[in-house]
Amino acid sequence: MHRTKLFDHVILMMGVFFMVGPLLVALMTSSHEAADIHRNGLQILPGGHFIDTYTTVLTKQGGFTGKITGLRMMMNSLILGIGFAAGKIILSMLAAYALVYFRFRFATITFWMIFTTLLLPLEVRILPSYEVMNTLKLTNTYTGLIVPLLASATGTFYFRQFFKSIPDELLEAARIDGAGPFKFFIDVIVPLSKTMIAAIFIIMFVYGWNQYLWPTLMTTDESFFTLVRGIKQILLVWVGSNIPDYNEAFALAILAMVPPVMIVMIFQRWFIKGLTESDK
Amino acid sequence: MSATLAAPAAVGFSRIFGPRKSVNKPPEETDAKRVQFNSRLLPYLFLAPQMAIIFVFFYWPSVQAIHSSFYLEDPFGFGSTFVGLANYTDVLKSGEYLGIARFTAVFTALVTFFSLAIGLLLAVKADGVIRGNATYKTLLIWVYAIAPPVAGLMGMMMFDQHIGPLVRFAAFFGWDLKVGLDYTDTAFAMIVVSVWKQIPYNFIFFLSGLQGIPVSVREAALMDCRSGFRRFWTVILPLLAPTAFFLLIINTTYALFDTFGVIDVMVKDKAANNPITLVYKVYMDGFRGNDLGGSSAQSVILMIIVFVLTIFQFRFIERRVHYN
Repeated sequence: MHRTKLFDHVILMMGVFFMVGPLLVALMTSSHEAADIHRNGLQILPGGHFIDTYTTVLTKQGGFTGKITGLRMMMNSLILGIGFAAGKIILSMLAAYALVYFRFRFATITFWMIFTTLLLPLEVRILPSYEVMNTLKLTNTYTGLIVPLLASATGTFYFRQFFKSIPDELLEAARIDGAGPFKFFIDVIVPLSKTMIAAIFIIMFVYGWNQYLWPTLMTTDESFFTLVRGIKQILLVWVGSNIPDYNEAFALAILAMVPPVMIVMIFQRWFIKGLTESDK
Repeated sequence: MSATLAAPAAVGFSRIFGPRKSVNKPPEETDAKRVQFNSRLLPYLFLAPQMAIIFVFFYWPSVQAIHSSFYLEDPFGFGSTFVGLANYTDVLKSGEYLGIARFTAVFTALVTFFSLAIGLLLAVKADGVIRGNATYKTLLIWVYAIAPPVAGLMGMMMFDQHIGPLVRFAAFFGWDLKVGLDYTDTAFAMIVVSVWKQIPYNFIFFLSGLQGIPVSVREAALMDCRSGFRRFWTVILPLLAPTAFFLLIINTTYALFDTFGVIDVMVKDKAANNPITLVYKVYMDGFRGNDLGGSSAQSVILMIIVFVLTIFQFRFIERRVHYN
């Protein structure tokens, strides 16, 4: 019995090594000097240049136009992540509320039209989506970055399912007390959905922050670049120069992953609950 | 899409349609609360933002894609000619496209298999140990939050010609690993990175599936059968089958679409002698090659593939609801 447990731990530790190892190496390597890395390869111990490298990456003006800083990209990433998550929650809650709590004529067709959006991911319609954005003059705007991503209706279905599980008696009681649809939504539905909102916010924030293809298409102006969008630029620098700025490349990669990783770690319980219970 | 979650297929059949017995009734009946508000205007007002966005950013481009797949666009932008199915036949006859399709199939199969297998193995082990359970769990799910292109960057670093430890490791076995130059080596690196990125997702679902198995069932199995492996094979695995099939579809969608970032970073615009997937080809033809018609035809082909996958998933989950 004891031996099998030991074997289990060995497998798990190998798993952890495989999963976390590269992240640790990236973090440690980013604290060394570029020339040092070039000479000695990747590092597994901290170097002395942690603060220098990160200050440079956050504040140095780079890119082709020389205007964009790491800080600016981080802010853009935050705008995309938070804007996307908040937008998704507001839209989905309103739509799901209408679908569950109202009797109206076009309910069936509306339901199917929303449902259809789940069938086709953005990736299969990128070019026409891009053309539409061009027509609407929304390229290189935050609106163009965030709003089209909201067109998939996953959130609506999570909230619809959740609202359906709320006991009918609550609505009956609220109506006896004379509450209208707005009051019922704000005083009953929103407070009841708190956990659900938190879970969906975490998942959607990570999803928004990590978007790559859409920002790549929508933003050519570097002042709108997100960290994840900037990855390709990092690589171009890396490939192009004599002694590649490995340290800065790693520092930017670390910056691009720290916020979503932290959020998933800190809110792990909500995150897992939201993921497994709303997905199945 | 999605860092996985918002994959189109992520919402199961039962979630959308309600319990099976009511599938044939119109949704508003299955949705219906016994009491509802009566208002002529309000429901439309609440639905308006969502519907507006869906129309402009979903239906319009989708229809546009289907439309332009039947036209040949003048490269200088002077109008377009109707060419019927020519774009489709061109695409399907092209040896290059078929080669990419074959690679995509192999890539998808391998990524799905390995990320499911490793995810399951780690979940079973994490479920089995008591000491350190929470720590393992936390450490193993980190990578979920990392964007595919960032994962690709990590991969490039591990497989770098100068500083990559994996290249040295391979050289130890006499394998001259040249990612970015050699077709097979690049494919290998892409698969490793894509699997790495997807393991946490499968781990989370398998672990929560395992923890959902009642203690009584486990104890009964323990009394009947002493061999741990046989117990797993005959009792635990069948109980995990619904989770596994759900994940099979999600992972397939992931390998087809979400790996775009990994591939884009790893081929670095030099797609010529590097392996790419169908989605990447749509992007290349549409944005680099300016072949609107061909790219749209490819989009429509992909739409059909996703559509079939989704229907397949719904049919399966319908059966599963039936079992319960």
